[in-house]
Amino acid sequence: VARDEETEDIQVEVEREETPREQPPARAKLHPNTCPVCKSHYREDELRAVLRVCTVCGHHFPVGAEERVDQLADPGSFRPLAEGLRSADPLAFTDLRPYTERLSEAEVATGLGDAMVAGTATVAGMPCVLCTMDFTFMGGSMGSVVGEIFTRASDVAAERGIPLVSVTSSGGARMQENILALMQMAKTVCAVDLLQESGVPYISVLAHPTTGGVIASFAALGDFVVSEPGALLSFAGPRVVQETTRETLPADFGRAESSFEHGLIDAVVTRHDLKPKLGQILRLCAGGTLVPMEPNGDAAVPPPGIVARVMRFLRSSQHGDPHTNGGPA
Amino acid sequence: VNSRLPTPFRGLRRRLAERAAESDIWEAVELARHDSRPYTLDYADRLVDDWIELHGDRAGTDDHAIVSGVGSFRGRTIAIVGHQKGRDLKERAFRNFGMAQPQGYAKARRVFALADRLGFPVVTMIDTPGAYPGVESEQGGQAAAIAQSMLAMTRLRVPTVACVIGEGGSGGALAIGVTDRVLMLEHAIYSVISPEGCATILWRDVNQRRKAAAAFKPTARFSYELGVVDTVVAEPSGGAHRDVDRAARLLGDAIALAFDSIEAEPVEQRRALRRAKFRRMGVWLEDGVLVGEKEHDHDPAALPPE
Repeated sequence: VARDEETEDIQVEVEREETPREQPPARAKLHPNTCPVCKSHYREDELRAVLRVCTVCGHHFPVGAEERVDQLADPGSFRPLAEGLRSADPLAFTDLRPYTERLSEAEVATGLGDAMVAGTATVAGMPCVLCTMDFTFMGGSMGSVVGEIFTRASDVAAERGIPLVSVTSSGGARMQENILALMQMAKTVCAVDLLQESGVPYISVLAHPTTGGVIASFAALGDFVVSEPGALLSFAGPRVVQETTRETLPADFGRAESSFEHGLIDAVVTRHDLKPKLGQILRLCAGGTLVPMEPNGDAAVPPPGIVARVMRFLRSSQHGDPHTNGGPA
Repeated sequence: VNSRLPTPFRGLRRRLAERAAESDIWEAVELARHDSRPYTLDYADRLVDDWIELHGDRAGTDDHAIVSGVGSFRGRTIAIVGHQKGRDLKERAFRNFGMAQPQGYAKARRVFALADRLGFPVVTMIDTPGAYPGVESEQGGQAAAIAQSMLAMTRLRVPTVACVIGEGGSGGALAIGVTDRVLMLEHAIYSVISPEGCATILWRDVNQRRKAAAAFKPTARFSYELGVVDTVVAEPSGGAHRDVDRAARLLGDAIALAFDSIEAEPVEQRRALRRAKFRRMGVWLEDGVLVGEKEHDHDPAALPPE
């Protein structure tokens, strides 16, 4: 009898899967190039040219990983690293659709291998390692690949003694890789640990949204943490907080401005000001002593030749790139 | 044979197999959350002598969802930091269901620092549905508190062992889990999000939590297979709550073994080894080749018999 019931139950389920699932009532879908605040509409090339910031109301549209590189890196200076990495499916995970299917779809939609792009570059003439995230690739979620790309980028920064800049936009850890995704939090924190031990600066830029396992790991650990206006920066999403606490959330819950008020970030920087601001921070960092500090505050012996390596990198990146305007004095 | 069956039957057989795996995994989830399952203080009570509980973050708050203290464990003075759930309604509220706020992680960091200064090896006990999702927690820097707790753990000079004793839920769990060795009780679970949370997001229906759990496999054995935990610690048959004294003894033996193996490694390399351990985690394709899959020698001490 039990078996019959089970079979019956299963058949019901099969039927249900064939009929289209009820979608939650969706808000009226706006064209991606229509401003959700003031409804101004832009042509794709127009929006690109204004850095995807609404010229009427200042709303910041989302920016893809590669476009972000174009916005920040000096033209022609970006040299990608860790390009050959793709997600595997270690759990053989299937929800409503298989993980592998979601991956291929995201690859086609974004043209990216996963949700993070990394490489060496100069920003406003200053050399750095730059990693950017893409929210359109499965919500910018961090699985093994994102963790590995960040770790490699951070290692390159530590080894060459050049600052690390990350621009994050992520819903958090990737559920389809469950515990391995969770461990990427520990992995990226370990990478930042080595970076800090090497005395190399880390600038974390938080774009909308940076939440969950990404804001609670490497993105929170920048020596300098800045955010774009209006970005959601909470650990738990507003809906989860609402459902757990049954309180009415403040209108600016988890937003960059609220985080700034509570001392969680150093500055809210508009997208047009971001590159100059990064340049300013990088120049200030270059004025430091570049002597790594031990956690107890004692100056450690610098790794052999670190200054020489930094100087060599500075020179090579300037010579190799005619577009670089100026450099450190 | 299976491939020769007409398609509908093949689907049916697969579904029945899935259903079986689903109920096994859901059983693990329920055991891990069992009302009478021993909590951190139950183990501390049995594992160490001369226990002194330490309170507060030294900045105005004592988060009761995280407990900490020092005691003598088989000849060593150790520090214990763990999540603490409550057993009855009143205590559950007092412990905030084991969900820590930023101040709880600050308390953990303070005790880690103390242990590091005084040379006490650290044992952490993980048992939380997750960090507390509240407005004040967020404004108090929940995300940064978790990140900083992990960073503090990577820097400790003393040996560190984490034990997942019940529910290892998300970043709130991992915040005290970045250690030289990670142990996990046989019927504990460890996952990036609760089955309910996963079902709500991916299935858009909280009632699909059994399916979600079956899909992301939060069990001890699977975590071991993926190289996330070093040792799966056997529990008395039926679960740790059936014989708490014995469960604590078994856990104590595993912790002692872990300390011995950590101490056998050169102390000046401890941080680097700990960092290397976590940096190896993950499975991905590199230029089409699978990287990071763990090849276990299946050390009989690392996994209890099925």
